[in-house]
Amino acid sequence: MSFEGAEVLARPGESVAAALLGRDSAATRTTPVSGAGRTPFCMMGVCFDCLVTIDGLPNVQACMVEAREGMVIRRQHGARRIGKGS
Amino acid sequence: MTVDLAIIGAGPAGMAAARVAAEGGLRVTLLDEQNRPGGQIYRNIATAAEWGWLGNDYARGVDLIHGLNHQLITHQPRATVWRIDSDQGIIWSRDGQSHVTTAAQILLATGAQERPVPFPGWTLPGVMPAGAAQVLMKQSGMVPCDAILAGAGPLLYLVAAQMIEAGSPPQALIETDVDLLRALPRLPRAVPGAKTLAKGLGLIRRIRAAGVPRYRGAKDLRAAQVQDGQVAVSFSTRRGRQKLTSSLLLTHLGVIPQTHLARAMGLRHVYDHAQQAWRPSLSRWGQSSIENVFVAGDGGGIGGADAARAQGALAAIEILHRAGRLDAAERDHRARPLRRSLSRSLSVRPFLDAAYPVPPDFLAPADETIVCRCEEVTARAIRDALADGAHGMRLMRTTLRTGMGPCQGRMCEATVSGLIAEATGRDPSMIGPGRARSPVKPVTLAEIASLGLHPEENS
Ligand code: FES
Repeated sequence: MSFEGAEVLARPGESVAAALLGRDSAATRTTPVSGAGRTPFCMMGVCFDCLVTIDGLPNVQACMVEAREGMVIRRQHGARRIGKGS
Repeated sequence: MTVDLAIIGAGPAGMAAARVAAEGGLRVTLLDEQNRPGGQIYRNIATAAEWGWLGNDYARGVDLIHGLNHQLITHQPRATVWRIDSDQGIIWSRDGQSHVTTAAQILLATGAQERPVPFPGWTLPGVMPAGAAQVLMKQSGMVPCDAILAGAGPLLYLVAAQMIEAGSPPQALIETDVDLLRALPRLPRAVPGAKTLAKGLGLIRRIRAAGVPRYRGAKDLRAAQVQDGQVAVSFSTRRGRQKLTSSLLLTHLGVIPQTHLARAMGLRHVYDHAQQAWRPSLSRWGQSSIENVFVAGDGGGIGGADAARAQGALAAIEILHRAGRLDAAERDHRARPLRRSLSRSLSVRPFLDAAYPVPPDFLAPADETIVCRCEEVTARAIRDALADGAHGMRLMRTTLRTGMGPCQGRMCEATVSGLIAEATGRDPSMIGPGRARSPVKPVTLAEIASLGLHPEENS
């Protein structure tokens, strides 16, 4: 699979978040308010710091998704759009 | 789909309950967010049990997983429950599509989350909860290298020991105050759980034998980014200000119940002063303030995996009784050994709760600390709002948007209420818990619409 165009290797059964953390320590998203860089934090679906875009679908919790061959992952910039677009 | 019992959460409580209920003849659906059953404690156990360094306690989950192999149990993985109501049932989402399951009885076994450990710099890449490192170890066999551990409590020692066992000992342990004076009077009551205490001491011995430096009584923890993916960690001890550098800082101050679903359903909650957290109020069978809704495991109050297993089984036999499949005498007979094992596992809790209280720095942290990670609200902003008269959770939400981001307050609520307590002198039991609303996990408007629900009910 790839993150921002660069190849990322994952072990079978590993979450996307774990694979991204294994790669290097660069931020995987930026925050809506200050634009600060964040990386996956809780690894169990609680904090939402791991939001990324996977295969064109934004706001995916990378820690809850199992890595698969060929996934195209992009950094999530700024605000998520969920529900009423808040 | 309609079933006799729906269980939310496939950790030790949920798995134990599913087996007992199915053996008693009930059709059970087990809904869980993960790909594989196990919960956080037995995460990925089918594969990872081979990694010896995770220890014997971890391997104890294997029979629970096997127990799910029963024709009356349907396990739904990757199912995020976002709403439960009395008339419409349990609404859950998978791969962007929602489904509805209706059930005669419901058991919430949602488990715990890590207690947030807020301090300046806790949002930086390279800072994570110790529990997250455990997930990485169990799921990926990824062992942190040269990490610093900070905080207090049994899990901190366990993670350190596992890292030593795996050949990658932590660089240092930064330990916040342990309140042995307060804890000692509770030691006699902990005797039935002596094995647990001995295990804890064993872990500490291992850490000592491995020569890992320990800084005790640390206060005023801070992290700052330095170049090349490293964080500088600083803190004060009696010997003055200390500074260490690492690519990974792992923090831990215990765990708290995950109660968002329970609260959104309107179950009555109580503030547990010993555990410094809210939990649903439950009967000795785990029955909540709503008749056909039960809660078992850490989601009903922190007790650990063995307690969760017993609580799950206890709830299941009461549910069997209510379904007319077990008479009262048989139920009570079967409950006896379960209650014994439950009280054994819970006997150490008062001692642990007293020994590892949450230090005041983390309940009401320094001004520059980001409290709400989603909306990036600092402790200073909250203190200012308090000075302007925003004295409740709800006012704080509307003024500063704390708890309005996707995590819905899971990361900030305890700290916001700590800051309110600090400013107003009110007891935490008078402040929270904040209201939780459906959907308790974000879902798209399209998903809500596809069920014919009105979005405005869900905002
Ligand atoms: S890392 Fe916290 S939600 Fe994914």
